[in-house]
Amino acid sequence: MKVRAQIAMVLNLDKCIGCHTCSVTCKNVWTSREGMEYAWFNNVETKPGIGYPKDWENQGRWNGGWVRKKNGKIEPRIGSKWRVLANIFANPDLPEIDDYYEPFTFDYEHLQKAPELPAFPTARPRSLITGERMEKIQWGPNWEEILGGEFAKRSEDYNFEGVQKDIYGQFENTFMMYLPRLCEHCLNPTCVASCPSGAIYKREEDGIVLIDQDKCRGWRMCVSGCPYKKIYYNWSSGKSEKCIFCYPRIEAGQPTVCSETCVGRIRYLGVVLYDADRIEEAASTPDEKDLYEAQLGVFLDPNDPEVIRQARADGVPDNWLEGAKRSPIWKMAMEWKVAFPLHPEYRTLPMVWYVPPLSPIQSAAEAGKIGHDGEMPDVRSLRIPLKYLANLLTAGKEEPVALGLERMLAMRAYMRAKTIDGVIDESIARKVGLTAAQIDEMYHVMAIANYEDRFVIPTAHRELGEDAYDIRGSCGFSFGNGCSDGRTEQSLFGVPKRAKTPMEVS
Amino acid sequence: MREAINYVVFGWYPYLCLTVFLLGSLARFDREQYTWRSGSSQMLRKRQLSWGSNLFHVGILIIFAGHFVGLLTPIWIFDGLGISHEFKQMMAIVVGGIAGVACFVGMTLLVHRRLFDSRIRKTSSFGDIAVLLMLYVQLTLGLATIVVSLDHLDGHEMVRFMTWAQGILTLQPGVSSLIADAHPIFKAHLFLGMTVFLVFPFTRLVHVWSAPVWYLGRRGYQVVRSRSGANGHRPAMPRPRQQPAE
Repeated sequence: MKVRAQIAMVLNLDKCIGCHTCSVTCKNVWTSREGMEYAWFNNVETKPGIGYPKDWENQGRWNGGWVRKKNGKIEPRIGSKWRVLANIFANPDLPEIDDYYEPFTFDYEHLQKAPELPAFPTARPRSLITGERMEKIQWGPNWEEILGGEFAKRSEDYNFEGVQKDIYGQFENTFMMYLPRLCEHCLNPTCVASCPSGAIYKREEDGIVLIDQDKCRGWRMCVSGCPYKKIYYNWSSGKSEKCIFCYPRIEAGQPTVCSETCVGRIRYLGVVLYDADRIEEAASTPDEKDLYEAQLGVFLDPNDPEVIRQARADGVPDNWLEGAKRSPIWKMAMEWKVAFPLHPEYRTLPMVWYVPPLSPIQSAAEAGKIGHDGEMPDVRSLRIPLKYLANLLTAGKEEPVALGLERMLAMRAYMRAKTIDGVIDESIARKVGLTAAQIDEMYHVMAIANYEDRFVIPTAHRELGEDAYDIRGSCGFSFGNGCSDGRTEQSLFGVPKRAKTPMEVS
Repeated sequence: MREAINYVVFGWYPYLCLTVFLLGSLARFDREQYTWRSGSSQMLRKRQLSWGSNLFHVGILIIFAGHFVGLLTPIWIFDGLGISHEFKQMMAIVVGGIAGVACFVGMTLLVHRRLFDSRIRKTSSFGDIAVLLMLYVQLTLGLATIVVSLDHLDGHEMVRFMTWAQGILTLQPGVSSLIADAHPIFKAHLFLGMTVFLVFPFTRLVHVWSAPVWYLGRRGYQVVRSRSGANGHRPAMPRPRQQPAE
């Protein structure tokens, strides 16, 4: 057993209102730069839909994630190491910018400077790559917002696998949900595995996956390796960039920008302890449908004295162990089992998990279950097909998602009985395998969702990695080359000098 | 006068180029690693790149290996192995010719794409375009030398170039006299070839240094960095330099 700690995230999709505040605040902080206009470290997709970049979940097309070979070992789907190198001159699995969208701005100035015209002046779009006029914007970062576009195209969505999807094209049966997405900071990241330079790494102390901007050479294999397509090639700097989990904030004990600004309070951050020695075995699980449970098996109980002893031996600080005990992630993923990984079948063991959304009862009259005292509706009659959610979250296995949804329905029924009728109905809790106390806590964490319950983030211990004596009198956050940034506009090597991205960690 | 120019261009200039090549690369690696990248534009436009880039890179790697081995291996080794000068010359023409034509086709695609695809053109720096055209001209000159070489298939001209290259590397600038009577196409090819080394550190060519062959030897797949240094790794945090006294 080798105990490591990770700051993980859970998103409660039941409460996501699709406002995109997370995406916009993230973009303003991290990616409003040349070369990254098209990149959204965090984006919100309307599901069902093909997503951003187009069709990202179709690994038959993009070859992201891992495959299990006949001998039981796993390797990146883009190929073994020599295959990766053989494709280095032209990567056959690389999306083109049009698969994301061509970034654009509008000629706003024209609105103010236009002379008197017979027609109203308009601000027409202009490409942010070429600076040329774009006659028609073909695609954007959120083209399918609130079921935009035809069902025929949106239903290419991979999660319809095994679902009779035609009926969901009818107005009466249509359904939708929001899916905010960011880097999963996986336990078994394919981006790291496919980087020929070894520039991408997982931080041992908090599990954040970063790209060393100095060591990245722009071989762009990580873009293909990541099945979530959450690595972006910066065409201006020639380096790949990704969500950095706002590590400067996390280190200081603050939530990521997307979490902090989430108006629906759907995001949770907390410590999860895991056994690094079990990662490979879990990721190599033969049956894809067992991968969700296999990943649960990698997590370690923060209350187990044996785990605590080993964690201390492995250098996990005490405040992190304390954080792990109070972690909302542990509660939702392990204790209540209402949170699930996104596409565990990619074998990356992702660490950003999702609470599936409840939805209105399909044909309430037919189901005839509404209004019955305390009785819960069947989760299979919910408007969003269970199979669809299972394809998204548990590689198609319906039972875990069904139980999660039932527990959320039970929480509602229990709280309804408690607050409206003034009755504590233990039987509702027992029916879904919980206790009344657990449901009370669930309600507190998931429904009330106070700031201090959502974000339990122990601060980093920089004193362990830095010698404060060395840092005295230094200039803190500079752009390299000590405190001097030189005096010329151009660097010696013909590239304009610019602020380095704050992602840089040597 | 002619002799003097010849001496400067083929006796001194190589040292200038090699020095800038080595020290420039080192300085850039040390000071500006953020600018050290392949500069791929595949993400902006895939069309023409798959064929262009593969043909270009495979071709030029074969050509580079051919030049490296062919020019810098002492001729007595070939003699010892029983490889005749005629055979070596013929090999150079055939292998170099095939690789050269493949490379030429690839580069033509790449040049066309870079100059006439507005996405690529608008996002190219002066250096990107200049170095591509430079290599294109250099490759064309190299292919043109094949025609000249067909006039002396006995390989004596080739041996002279080998002697020159090895003489330069063994610090004998006097060997420039060997080049004095060479065909102008050869001279142009040599001059431009040295110039490629001269501009190398200032362009995207530096990615050649970083060919990630070490990837094949990486144990396992995952890379984990530790901040604490407890496992014998060096600390992940940079050691900030001290503020200079002003």
